[in-house]
Amino acid sequence: MLELDGLVKAFGGFHAVDGCSLRVNKGEILGLIGPNGAGKTTLFNLIAGALQPTSGTIRFLGEDVTHLPTDALFHKGLVRTFQIPHEFHRLTALENLMMVPPRQPGESLFANWLAWGKVRRAEEEVHRKAEDTLAFLELGHVAHERAGNLSGGQKKLLELGRTMMTDAQLVLLDEPAAGVNRTLLRKLEEKILILNRERGYTFILIEHDMEMIEKLCDPVVCMAEGKVLIQGDFHTVRSDTRVLEAYLGETASAIERNEAEHDPRVEDMREQELPREDL
Amino acid sequence: MDIVGLANYAVFMAILVGIYALLALGLNIQWGFSGLFNAGIAGFFAIGAYTSAILTSLPASGRVGGFELPMVLGLLAAMAVAALIAWPIGKICLRFRSDYLAIATIGVAEIIRLVVRTEDWLTGGVRGITGIPRPFGDLPYMESQMAYLAIVAVLLLAAYLLVERQLKAPWGRMMRAIRDNENAAAAMGKRVADRRLQAFVFGSALMGLAGALFVHFNRSVTPEAIDPMIATFLIWIMLILGGSGNNRGAILGAAVIWVIWSVSELLTDRLPTEIAIQAKYVRVFIIGLTLQLVLRFRPEGILPERQHGGGTAPPRA
Repeated sequence: MLELDGLVKAFGGFHAVDGCSLRVNKGEILGLIGPNGAGKTTLFNLIAGALQPTSGTIRFLGEDVTHLPTDALFHKGLVRTFQIPHEFHRLTALENLMMVPPRQPGESLFANWLAWGKVRRAEEEVHRKAEDTLAFLELGHVAHERAGNLSGGQKKLLELGRTMMTDAQLVLLDEPAAGVNRTLLRKLEEKILILNRERGYTFILIEHDMEMIEKLCDPVVCMAEGKVLIQGDFHTVRSDTRVLEAYLGETASAIERNEAEHDPRVEDMREQELPREDL
Repeated sequence: MDIVGLANYAVFMAILVGIYALLALGLNIQWGFSGLFNAGIAGFFAIGAYTSAILTSLPASGRVGGFELPMVLGLLAAMAVAALIAWPIGKICLRFRSDYLAIATIGVAEIIRLVVRTEDWLTGGVRGITGIPRPFGDLPYMESQMAYLAIVAVLLLAAYLLVERQLKAPWGRMMRAIRDNENAAAAMGKRVADRRLQAFVFGSALMGLAGALFVHFNRSVTPEAIDPMIATFLIWIMLILGGSGNNRGAILGAAVIWVIWSVSELLTDRLPTEIAIQAKYVRVFIIGLTLQLVLRFRPEGILPERQHGGGTAPPRA
């Protein structure tokens, strides 16, 4: 469904993504892990068309989409969410969803005057769909709340909800679990699984929460320094020494170690594999 | 001042409030809904003013124009030309982030002002254009003023209804989404640059209309009329104070600020000349203080942006 070939993104002399090749098949939930600064989000930005690659190609549904802008990719069925929630903060939760469906007749400057009936029927349809989506996400009670006033976890759910308002094929989720409490997290996982199984969404998931990766993702891809380090099922990737080195190796910065400390899985790995005094 | 004089003054003020409210509505489309920082309102105001002036005025030697066309055509042309000039400006400048857009539009407005001052053959230079018709201008003073007020009021109401409906429609929702987060809007398939251009052109056309109404009211226009202090910055204050994102707020802000502005002029003109000079900047200070107080206690303006979450569909049980 999605094929990346030798993708490079250089910012000046720094290669954030450095020759990344990857295949995603239909129906998969691919987990993308790797230490901070590995290039995961940059890779997302390249796939979603928010950044243009320095070199390499991206094929989506058999078509070269390397240089298509974000909005064109959306119309092809490639929808993304953001690491930091990008809600439309002065719109209500309901409006946040209602703005999503493509080609709404009321978006034309003149249709509101020339084809009012058509606009109204489309609005009713979109309104119903948005309400159903909010109900599915258990956000119905905040439908008329400004999105900016929602909690961090609710915003994450709203981001997921936006992907449900269109006929998405491939959904890129950037750290859906970050800042989400445990109860909400289980709900989020469940929603992702339902979307995958019942609606046939393919997902790529960037996540630091290893529990979530283990539960949802197959295959798992670990990136480090802009490259794909290894691809395989969760346990293969987890026990691969290169992955441990990437997270905890000599080059890891203090910040990354902090990050690792908060992650129970990596903490496990560390206790098993490395003597304490090394840290 | 006697009662008649006071009534005259009130009508005069109301006409100007109507004209500035049109400018504020235009800015509301650009800033309030779409987040476009247009700091060159005076430029589009001037384009509308001079377009209608050239088309409808009496012939004069030494400059083109004097076509003596009816005022209705003048108004339509003012909107059309303002929109036409806004299009390439928007096409280029809207790629900038909002603060750069502000600088670019200040520059554009300044260029327009200099063109108006120097191109004698087109605009009459510093002497300006006179002999601009005014509808019902032959009636006695008070009736004529009332008639013009009615024209302005009808046009303002029409503009309000038009903008309000456009805002409540999916178009308005999309524009507000683009304003709140352009990256997310692009990721949801919206063509941000094209949509912004629409809003920029639409708003500029309303500003052109306001300019045309202004010259027909005064029967003449000179470059002095295009004062950025009033036609740009006062309009910004009107919108922010009234409530950016709310059309009624824009109109209310225009009324509040213009009343403060002109009543304070009335008062300072009565002061002895020694302090009249200082009084000029005290007026600006009062406007600034009003804005500060409103922003402190009602940060979203007197009438904040309303939510349109319900859409047009009835709520379901």
